Amino acid sequence: MPWVLRGLRNGVVTSRWPRRRDAYFDEFVASVDVVGDATAARRAMESARVDGRRLCPTDAIEVIGSAVALDRGRCILCGHCVAAAPDVFAWRRGADTARLQRQALVVGDVDEDDESLQELRAALAHRVRRLRRSVHIRHVDAGSDGSDEWEIQALVNPVYDIHRLGIFFTASPRHADILLVTGIGTGGMLRALARTREAMPDPVVVIAAGTDAVSGGLMGGGYTFGNGVGSALNVDVWIPGSPASPFSLLQGILLGLDRLPALPTAGEPS
Amino acid sequence: MATPSSTAALSSVEQWRAEILRRVAGGERFAGMYGTGGRDECELSALLAAADGVQRLPVVVAAGADGVLSYAALSTEIEAAFWYERALHDLSGVVPLNHPRLEPLLLPRGSGVAPPRPGDVEVMEPLPSHEEHGPADVSGRGIFTIPFGPVRSGVFESIEFLVETPGEDVPHLNVRPHFKHRGVAKRFETLDVRDGVLVAERVEGIASVAHALAFSHAVEVLSSVDVPPAARLVRVIFAELERLANHLDVAMRLADAAGLAVATARFSWHKELVMRLTSRLCGNRFGRGVVVPGGVRTGLAVDPDVLTADVTALSRRLAADVRAVMNTASFLDRLRGTGHLDAGLAARFGALGPIGRACGYDDDPRRVRPYDGYRDLPAPTPPEVDSCDAVGRLRVRWTEVETSVGLILGAARALDGLADDRPGVVVEPGTGYATGWAEAPQGEVLYGLELADGRIRRCFARSASFHNLALFHDVWRGDVLTDFAFIEASFGLSYAAVAM
Repeated sequence: MPWVLRGLRNGVVTSRWPRRRDAYFDEFVASVDVVGDATAARRAMESARVDGRRLCPTDAIEVIGSAVALDRGRCILCGHCVAAAPDVFAWRRGADTARLQRQALVVGDVDEDDESLQELRAALAHRVRRLRRSVHIRHVDAGSDGSDEWEIQALVNPVYDIHRLGIFFTASPRHADILLVTGIGTGGMLRALARTREAMPDPVVVIAAGTDAVSGGLMGGGYTFGNGVGSALNVDVWIPGSPASPFSLLQGILLGLDRLPALPTAGEPS
Repeated sequence: MATPSSTAALSSVEQWRAEILRRVAGGERFAGMYGTGGRDECELSALLAAADGVQRLPVVVAAGADGVLSYAALSTEIEAAFWYERALHDLSGVVPLNHPRLEPLLLPRGSGVAPPRPGDVEVMEPLPSHEEHGPADVSGRGIFTIPFGPVRSGVFESIEFLVETPGEDVPHLNVRPHFKHRGVAKRFETLDVRDGVLVAERVEGIASVAHALAFSHAVEVLSSVDVPPAARLVRVIFAELERLANHLDVAMRLADAAGLAVATARFSWHKELVMRLTSRLCGNRFGRGVVVPGGVRTGLAVDPDVLTADVTALSRRLAADVRAVMNTASFLDRLRGTGHLDAGLAARFGALGPIGRACGYDDDPRRVRPYDGYRDLPAPTPPEVDSCDAVGRLRVRWTEVETSVGLILGAARALDGLADDRPGVVVEPGTGYATGWAEAPQGEVLYGLELADGRIRRCFARSASFHNLALFHDVWRGDVLTDFAFIEASFGLSYAAVAM
C-alpha cells in the first residue's frame, strides 16, 4: 500500500483551468504581438539586412505599405525580432494561441473577418455536438523534433489531467474523435497520416499542433516536403508554438470541441 | 569542448581506412562518419574521439569509371560504422563496398531519386511520398512480422520496428526510422551561425540545450573566443535541468509500462515541475534560445537563491519516490535482466550515455573533454556498475540525477557574487572546420561544422540517439514481446535525431 499514501502526499496539484484561471496559463509567453508601426519595422528589417541577416529566420514578418503583419503560424518564438525591434514586436503572455482559421494566426495590421469566423465556429459546433463529454484523441507524429510529443504526453500528467475533462488518448483510430498531428508533414508520413484519417469515424476534428505542423516552421520546406500538414488534411484547429505548450494544446482541443467557456477576467475572484 | 582543425587530408582512401583502423585499435572511439559534396567527388569525414578531443579524418573519394563513388566499407571491421555507412549511402550516394547490409536507413526503399548530397549546392528534387514494406529476414515455421509503427500505439515519435517473431521470442528485428526524415543536414546549409543554432535546437527537441551547446562550441573554436564565466555556469544549469527532465521522462515511461499508476503520476509531476522551472528561468520549457554562440542570450531570469531552493525541494521530494520505486518488487521484476547489452559489445561499439555507462563503458565528455562550467565544477564520477540491463540503466540515471542536482546547486553558488556577469561575447567566425560536443541526457552530441565566410557549408549533427539505437538489435537475448516497452523506454532515445 505505500503507493496509495504516496499518491496523497502533495494534495491536489491539478489545474482548475478552464473553469478557473491559472497563473501559468496567463503568464506563459506563447506568442509575439505587433505593437509598433510599419516605419519602425521597416527600419529594423533594413538594419538586419545590412548586417547580412534576416529579421525573422522563418519569414513570419511581412511589411506591406503601412501594415505590419506577423504570422504566428510561422513564428518559432526565437525572439530575434523582439530583441532587434522592441518598439515594434513584444512578447505576449497567455497560452490562448489556438485559432480556428489559419489566417487568424496572422496578427498586426490585418482585417479580421468576424462573420466568417462565427459561421465556421457554428458549423464546427454543429459537427461535434454528438461527441459530448467523452472524446478520444489519436496522435500522429508527422516529422516533429520530439518536443511536441512531450508536451502532448504532459496533458495526462496530474497537473493538466486531461481525463478530468472526459478526454482520453486512444491507440486505435477507430475509436478516435480527434486527430492531433505534430511535425512538418514529411513525405514519409503522408500516407500513414492519410490512412489514419481514413480509419477514423466521422465526425473528426483535425488539429495541427505546433508551428511545425501549421507551416513547417524552421525545419520544413526542404526536399522531404514538410510545409505543414494543412495540404494533406482539412485542419480545424491551428495551434502555433515551437512546441505548443500543454495549456495551448488544451485550449486548442477545447476550442475544437466548442467547449471553451468564457473565463472570469483577471480582476474577478477565481 | 571542441577541436579546431583536422589532420591533413590523407592522399588515398586506402591510407585513410588504414589510419582509422589503426587509431581505433589504439583505443580511439569511432564517433561518426559522413560525406560532404557532390556527384563527382565526395569528401568523407570520420570522427574519432580521443582524450584530448574529437578529430576529423577527411579523405576525398572520386567517382570511378562507372560514375559510382565507392570505398571499402569500415563496417566489416568497426561495428559502430554500420549505420553511419548506410546513412552515408542514402544521403551522399557513396557506396561502401562489402557493407554487411546496405539497406536504406534514412530514405524510403526504392525511392529512385538522386541522393540529397549535403554540402553540395545542387537543389534536391523532392522525395516521393513512398511506402514499401520493410525487409523480412527470418524464415521458418510460424514466423511472422509485426510492424510496430510508423504510427505507434500511444503518444510516440514515428518510427517502425519490424519485429520478426514466432509468437513470443524476438529472434530479430529491423529498425526503420526513415518515415520522419526531415533532411536536417540540408536545413543547416547557407545559414549564419545565429540561425544555425536554432536549427541545432530542433535536431532533437528534447535535448535542445545539448545540441545548441555542441554547435556553439564548434563556432566558438572557429571564432577563437572564450565564453565568459557567468555564461559557462548558466549553460551548465540548463544542460543539467534538461538531463533531469529526460531522466524523469524515462522513469515515467518505465513506471507506465509496468502499470504503476501512482509512480507514473509522480514522475510526470516531477518532470512538469522541472520544465516549469526551466520556463521560469528563461521563458521556454525546453531551454530553447538560451545558448547562443559566444555565451547565453541573457542571464537567469530569477535569483540563484530561488533556483537553489526550488531544486533542493524537488530533489528531496524525488528522492523519496525513487526509494519507493526501487523497492517495488513488481516493478523491478520487469526490469531485471531485460534488454541485456553485452559489456564487450558496448565497449567496442562506444555505447554513449547511460546505456554505455550501465555496461561500464564511460566516455563522458563532461569529465574526459570538459567544456563550459564543467571545467570549474567537480567532474561527474563514473557510476558503479552492477548490471547491463534495464534496471542497470535506470540506476545509472538515478545516480546522474543526483549528480545533476549537485552540479546545478554548485553552479548557482558559483554564480552568486560573480564579478564578471557578461552573458556572452561577440563571435565572428570566418572560414574553417571544427568539431564541437556536449553531453546530452542520451549521451554525447557531436557536431562537425564547416563554415565559409561565416555561413554554414556543411553541418553534421550526430546525436547519441542515432549512435545508440543501432544497439537496439542486440539486446533481445531471451526477452519477449511484452518486454518491448521496457527496453525501448530504458534506451530513452529520441527518434527525430535518428531519422535526421
